[in-house]
Amino acid sequence: MVAKQPHLELRTSPHVKRGVTVERIMLNVVLALLPIALFSVWQYGLSALALIVAVTLTCILTERMFNRLGSQAGSLSDWSATITGLLLALTLPPSFPLWMGVVAGFIAIALGKALFGGIGSNVFNPALIGRAFVQAAFAVSISTWAPAYAPHRFSEFIPTTFTMPFMTPADIADWAKHALDGFTGATPMARWKFETYFTPAQDFLSGAATASAGETSAILILLCGAYLAARKFMDWRIPVAVLGAAALTALAFQIYNPERYPDPLFVMLSGGLMLGAVFMATDMATSPVTPRGVWIYGAIIGVVTVMIRYFGGLTEGVMYAILLGNALAPLIDQYTQPKVFGERAKVKK
Amino acid sequence: MSLFPFSTRKTFARGVHPASNKSTAGTPIRRMPFAPRILLPLAQHIGKPAVPIVSVGQEVVRGQPIARAEGFLSVPLHAPADGVVEAIELRPSAKGNWVETIVIRVYEASTQEVRWSEPRDMDALSPQEILQAIQDTGMVGMGGAAFPSHAKLTVPKERKIHTLVVNGCECEPFLTCDHRMMLELTDDMFRGIRYAMRAVGAERAIIGIEDNKPDAVEHIRARLPADGAITVEAVETKYPQGAEKMLVQSLLGLKVPAGGLPLEVGVVVNNVGTLALLGRLLPAGEGMTERVVTVTGPGIKKPGDYWVPLGTPMRTVLDWAGAEGVSEREIILGGPMMGQAVASLDVPVTKGVSGILVFDKLNIQADASRKTYPCIKCGECVNACPMGLNPSMLGMLAGGREYDLMGSQYHLGDCFECGCCTYVCPSNIPLVQQFRIAKGILRDRAAA
Repeated sequence: MVAKQPHLELRTSPHVKRGVTVERIMLNVVLALLPIALFSVWQYGLSALALIVAVTLTCILTERMFNRLGSQAGSLSDWSATITGLLLALTLPPSFPLWMGVVAGFIAIALGKALFGGIGSNVFNPALIGRAFVQAAFAVSISTWAPAYAPHRFSEFIPTTFTMPFMTPADIADWAKHALDGFTGATPMARWKFETYFTPAQDFLSGAATASAGETSAILILLCGAYLAARKFMDWRIPVAVLGAAALTALAFQIYNPERYPDPLFVMLSGGLMLGAVFMATDMATSPVTPRGVWIYGAIIGVVTVMIRYFGGLTEGVMYAILLGNALAPLIDQYTQPKVFGERAKVKK
Repeated sequence: MSLFPFSTRKTFARGVHPASNKSTAGTPIRRMPFAPRILLPLAQHIGKPAVPIVSVGQEVVRGQPIARAEGFLSVPLHAPADGVVEAIELRPSAKGNWVETIVIRVYEASTQEVRWSEPRDMDALSPQEILQAIQDTGMVGMGGAAFPSHAKLTVPKERKIHTLVVNGCECEPFLTCDHRMMLELTDDMFRGIRYAMRAVGAERAIIGIEDNKPDAVEHIRARLPADGAITVEAVETKYPQGAEKMLVQSLLGLKVPAGGLPLEVGVVVNNVGTLALLGRLLPAGEGMTERVVTVTGPGIKKPGDYWVPLGTPMRTVLDWAGAEGVSEREIILGGPMMGQAVASLDVPVTKGVSGILVFDKLNIQADASRKTYPCIKCGECVNACPMGLNPSMLGMLAGGREYDLMGSQYHLGDCFECGCCTYVCPSNIPLVQQFRIAKGILRDRAAA
């Protein structure tokens, strides 16, 4: 016999769920970022490792601090602060002084996320808020580049790494020349902009091009992104739209003036476009939700990136392009609401 | 066979793929014995409750009408067993409220024989007379909605119906009662389809079956009538394929207008189990006294499809199917996507109950331990909603109590509560639950 008064659970349908949780999505993004982080440590050595650890830890501690301040349940288990930290570290130059990295990490979580109300509520990608802040605050350090594959990279730090707070970082030009012959200290983008020098594509693929910690291997970023897209933890349409729009815009300019403008491949591989398109523009909270909106959003980022690169004062435009896309996302959603099944044609009144 | 089987699968846009869990599909339908007491709520259907025509203390026999239909949108009730009317009083219903119920004490000698019938010559009936005969059986849509069958098959004069769509999708996980009925009551089903075609004036009928039931498709295809009026089509296994509008789109490529009925594109949809039972009851002139119910789930020891007499209390069904010893559990009437949890074991099986699904402690704990996050705007719900709504936006509006805006700008009225949005939501937000509440509030406001 069934017990007289069994405990009966009362819930409303649906009574089954798919079981893909926020934690699982975010953890997979972390896993997808790890190979990129490891590759950057392989290239830049101890300094890159220290920077990645410092920035990520800062993000985690800042998130924890705001949990405490707001008397909220801990939100570290959703891994989103870890993603912000990793991404932010990967967009910084490997020679970036650690204390500045800490500032960037704090700003990313404090201003970029906690201020808006935490996960899901932020308007802008927190990692990019952090980077935008330090780009304005530490203009020299954020454009000082260190050479990859320096011989002593696993036994010594880049001299600037341990700069004391509020002190001028050491000039690393001499150290860099000593570390690697022929190192110019300029990114391919800068060399194109100021010298009209076209860095060959294989440099980007091998990681030999000067860049931020995580922006050196386009192929690795694409592979990690493909993993996320294949497991449906990432919207593949966004990177396709960003890269496609950037390539088409670049192609138009190249046809117009092949002497002055680089080919689309250079535009797609150089700078932060690949990392931005795959890992930053795809941030769920700050991108549109509607299927049509996603394409428009990606296209805007792609076109604006190329425009800033070609006509702006800066050499790199991905960050501002994505921030602009973030700002437009709610508006894009508003105008691209999905079409209701069997919607009747609007009757004119 | 096509070279690209996937591209030619008949289907609709979006939707979800829950695990099917149809472990009972291979077992023939068995009979469940009578409970000592049978509880028959007067309102087992959408519409006006039936009116009792028996009095307390009166003896009834299996098949005897015990309540009459009250107006057009209502159906009569028939005694499911021989016995005596013990009371007509308030009893708990599946919805949680107490409803007027006829209680019959079943005689121990009660047999499966239906003692009250009026065999009729169906070929001699006009469409109008067929509809009346359908109402007299007390049949309702057995897929779950329990809408009176004769009302569903009544076509307004200005409409012309070209196709009867027979819904054999059974897209809800766990349920297999339609599947078994298609295999075991095939001739009844064809008969029922013919009657329904005549009632609505349709030239042809298409049986739509999800392609996870190839045995049913083949079984029916091998027995199709020679005149070619009835065909069978496999459709993609995807929830909610069995929703009327989705199935009409999959089979015929026709989009039922938002807020409209399939009638408006010349189609009437009916559940395959309903038609099979009609095909059995109509010529025999019997009333509905029992139905096939899938009793299954992790908390059931003898899962299977059963002929269950209407009014059998949950307690009896669970004892019979082996759910003893499980103290903490969730009992769901219908499938897991749209079914309803019951609060009492004294709730009876009614005409619209297609399945009894029992989850045990493990399932309950797994769900209760999940954390709910704010919306991270991943867009999964937008990619899942078969109606093309934006559940993410609707959810945020519900959070801000912007119910009017949900209705006027974001098409809340088109939501048919399939639950795909909640099913996929990684943040574990109870989206469809919020929409149900919002729709209720809007209904109240409209009525006020």
